[in-house]
Amino acid sequence: MNPFADTVQSLREAFHSGKTRPAEFRAAQLEGLNRFLKENRDSLLAALAQDLRKPPFESEISEISICQSEINLALNSLHSWMKDEHVSKNLATQLDSAFIRKEPYGVVLIIAPWNYPLNLMLVPLVGAIAAGNCVVLKPSEMSSSVEKVIGEVLPRYLDKNCFAVVLGGPQETSALLENRFDYIFFTGNTTVGRIVMAAASQHLTPITLELGGKNPCYVDDNCDLQNVANRVAWFRFFNAGQTCVAPDYVLCSPEMREKLLPALQHAVTQFYGKDPQSSPDLARIISPKHFLRVRGLLGSGRVAFGGQSDEQERYIAPTVLVDVKETDPVMQEEIFGPILPILTVSGVEEAIAFIRKREKPLALYAFSNDSKVVHQMLDQTSSGGFCGNDGFMHLTLTTLPFGGVGNSGMGTYHGKFSFDTFSHQRGCLLRSAGLEKFNSLRYPPYAQRNLGLLLSLVEVGRKSQCARPFWMAPRWVRFETTPSWEAFDLASGSPGAGLLCSFGLPGNRFLARGFFCLFGTASFVFAFLDRAFCFVPLPWPLLLAFCFPGRFFLVFPGLWGFWFLAASCVFLTGLRFFDRALLSGFRLGRLAFVPLALGRLPSPGFCGLPGRPAKKDL
Amino acid sequence: MEQRVLRVRAAFQTGRSRPLTFRLQQLRALQRMVQECQKEILAALADDLHKSEFNAYSQEVINVLGELDHVIEKLPEWVAPEPAKKTILTLMDEAYIHSEPLGVVLIIGAWNYPFVLNIQPLVGAIAAGNAVIVKPSELSERTAMLLAKIIPQYLDKELYCVINGGIEETTELLKQRFDHILYTGSTGVGKIVMEAAAKHLTPVTLELGGKSPCYIDKDCNLDVACRRITWGKYMNCGQTCIAPDYILCEPSLQGQIVEKIKETVKEFYGEEIKQSPDYERIINLRHFKRVTNLLEGQKIAFGGETDEATRFIAPTVLTDVNPNSKVMQEEIFGPVLPIMPVKNADEAIQFINQREKPLALYVFSNNNKLIKRMIEETSSGGVTGNDVIMHFTLNSLPFGGVGNSGMGAYHGKHSFDTFSHHRSCLIKSLRMEGANKLRYPPNSQSKVDWANFFLLKRFNRGKIGIFLLAFLGILVAVTMKLQSF
Repeated sequence: MNPFADTVQSLREAFHSGKTRPAEFRAAQLEGLNRFLKENRDSLLAALAQDLRKPPFESEISEISICQSEINLALNSLHSWMKDEHVSKNLATQLDSAFIRKEPYGVVLIIAPWNYPLNLMLVPLVGAIAAGNCVVLKPSEMSSSVEKVIGEVLPRYLDKNCFAVVLGGPQETSALLENRFDYIFFTGNTTVGRIVMAAASQHLTPITLELGGKNPCYVDDNCDLQNVANRVAWFRFFNAGQTCVAPDYVLCSPEMREKLLPALQHAVTQFYGKDPQSSPDLARIISPKHFLRVRGLLGSGRVAFGGQSDEQERYIAPTVLVDVKETDPVMQEEIFGPILPILTVSGVEEAIAFIRKREKPLALYAFSNDSKVVHQMLDQTSSGGFCGNDGFMHLTLTTLPFGGVGNSGMGTYHGKFSFDTFSHQRGCLLRSAGLEKFNSLRYPPYAQRNLGLLLSLVEVGRKSQCARPFWMAPRWVRFETTPSWEAFDLASGSPGAGLLCSFGLPGNRFLARGFFCLFGTASFVFAFLDRAFCFVPLPWPLLLAFCFPGRFFLVFPGLWGFWFLAASCVFLTGLRFFDRALLSGFRLGRLAFVPLALGRLPSPGFCGLPGRPAKKDL
Repeated sequence: MEQRVLRVRAAFQTGRSRPLTFRLQQLRALQRMVQECQKEILAALADDLHKSEFNAYSQEVINVLGELDHVIEKLPEWVAPEPAKKTILTLMDEAYIHSEPLGVVLIIGAWNYPFVLNIQPLVGAIAAGNAVIVKPSELSERTAMLLAKIIPQYLDKELYCVINGGIEETTELLKQRFDHILYTGSTGVGKIVMEAAAKHLTPVTLELGGKSPCYIDKDCNLDVACRRITWGKYMNCGQTCIAPDYILCEPSLQGQIVEKIKETVKEFYGEEIKQSPDYERIINLRHFKRVTNLLEGQKIAFGGETDEATRFIAPTVLTDVNPNSKVMQEEIFGPVLPIMPVKNADEAIQFINQREKPLALYVFSNNNKLIKRMIEETSSGGVTGNDVIMHFTLNSLPFGGVGNSGMGAYHGKHSFDTFSHHRSCLIKSLRMEGANKLRYPPNSQSKVDWANFFLLKRFNRGKIGIFLLAFLGILVAVTMKLQSF
């Protein structure tokens, strides 16, 4: 008898009771998780310090604050995520309603690793809760102190019937995997990933695998040396190198290597002092087994600096290796320790060839002042994520999906992507029982004449290609920043416009003005918090206010108001089109979008982004 | 086999399949292929499944043409990088999601709709810029041969290839390493495919079957409901993965439903169903025997005639079916429609939930609340209310199963997403190192606080937010009031 069968069964029953589906329940659980983080901050920091000797700074930013940020994001967006997504229809289904329902899978298993024991468990958990699932959590037994806190304290903050924590080692995990789950989310190494997927295939369970890989880091000759060294060193030695997205090895030219070495040495001394062992800011290796493995890797190539180790403390000094051969042990496996080998290549082409020969990594880094080099690297390689000119900053953005490809995993999460990962997207079409005459077309006996008519209803035709008005231009021309522009206009456009409207109002209508001002400012602040300066409301409510004086807004703008309105309409519409330009850091090059939007002129290729279609492609 | 896969991979490595122009050109070539070879395609389908021209066209070719049109129009938009929202820390940087091809994709098609189930995924895979190996089912032999003949004539020979063969070849093929596998077929084989994929950590999309329930409410237009069900059930001789598998209704409706379906069948296929050009046959003898076995010991309301020589089974309805009987244990995949009497909607929901999650769910009712409730309280791959099959034809809806009916989805943009890797990209500049000082050790509490401020820009609006905003709003209002004096 499987020891976990009862646990899974009781969770499944809880799920079938429909308890986890209401938004209120999900929000309450997320609030619970938030309280767990707040109330147990100290014990969590202590546990992390005990397991990995993680400095509090690293624990705060890489574990606690990221989780909290995810929880807040989920709480803020839960309702919009849960909404049915209405989709476009063809002529035959014009009168019906077609939408994608986001429904929970059921009982989800989350298996977390030991290197970021809190982050890598709670962030998926947030997604699973937000999507309305019941969850079995399996923290890693290697990070035993955190495991203990999670096993003992976390269940007190969550609904006991819907969430369970299972403790144990590999044996327990394989017993657990024999059970049937509706989704499995696994973070760990590639070998175990295969086992998990094979186990999942027995029950046809969909999975997300977050695995590792050797993440290359290319340093171009043209770059700001010390800045590069700082960034590479910090990300490599963060958590003593035990990060799945850490830069694993550096590729650069021989000349660059000579310059980079002293800069790296300087960075390490600045960060951790003359004697890194006494620095409170350097973590330790998790276990004696891993210590021995990492220490074994020090034998590859030649130690440029560092190389000290202390078995007692499981300490390995920040180390840079040079003269490393491709066949050395350090280049065969993911290092997962504070060791940075530098390999020399002749230039960016050779670096790309080097990277492409190997398995697809989880992340890829390119440092260069020349954005062409960065984009070349991006276009010609494949990896889970990519960050130009920095380390793993891309995963601090919840708007970017985080996940691997090929050997570094499958599936993504973070933010909305977590929600989608743990939701089944159910295509729904609700028709009406009427209009049966229409359907008689499709029923047998078939006559050839039916066909043409039916085709015209179902088929998607090509629109004419030339001179499309700008509002029919494809999405990327319309500077779409998030898919919810429309919703956003509705939500905050009107009060925002109300504010502007009230500027142009004659008379002394304090109430009306105050009302608009309140919501107007509110919407601006919302926009600031949420969308980082890209807020431009659509002025349709202004037009309404003008067309129906006294009906919608209880005020009539007057003649001056009218001119103000007209001007602001033009201005705001214009601004909306510049939105994309504003978003990307005020690059004037982006203004070239304007002729594009108006007349669909050929793309001048100004932005250097890959895959932008030129006119001849359209 | 290994050599062929390696050759396709080598072609992908050249990067030829990536540019948008190339993808569009290939899609247009595919479009030309469907248009120019239409006669041959229809003939092959007629041979394999006795599909009449109209049937073959409206069930298969039309979907592919619609998908192609849709994809060719939207592709430039889909391949464009999607900008992502940024935090204060990354405000000056470029952040976007870049859809890139996965590599070599294997598409294993099914025999019941041998054209659309091979070509529709192929469209998505080409659109996403992948190299593709198509493995059509060996049961629909003529179509498989035809695809192997015409695809190389129109598409790039090195990037896209068709491999034909039986179980042995498929097993050999699955040993190779792919970057994505899309399999359409049965649950049993689905497990084997996924297990084989696990060896190479290949992501899979499985389009499997299942017993799709169809609930008929008391409050509904029975005439219309029965017409639509008859159409969907007996289309392709019941060999449709999303066909309504069984009917759930109140016992009192059973008689009327049988009558109405009987009438409709007569109207659709005439008195002599065997002579009707619009009615298909079972694919092979094995399946014919399987389906006729399901009829044993059942109460046949009408139909039930079979002819082994032509593999013909008449449209059949079974009444008062025992939920434990064989016909309710496996996917029927034939023109047999059991009716299961249930007391009410609650019992129907319970009945559905006790079983594996189906690929589709159909509900007929004038009461929209009931339909919404059925959607809310059950799970299935897709749903159509007051009709059958139609959600498949809408390419803005993802088509795919859940639980035992599969994983992953495709059609339209969803195909493109399935066959793409969404690579998150953040491009910073090497300047502004001052801002990074915050994160480097040696550390202090103030650094932690600042880091929190930057990373945690999403304040919990629920609590502080509203007060803050209200306060700001009032502040502005008061300032303006004072100014106007």
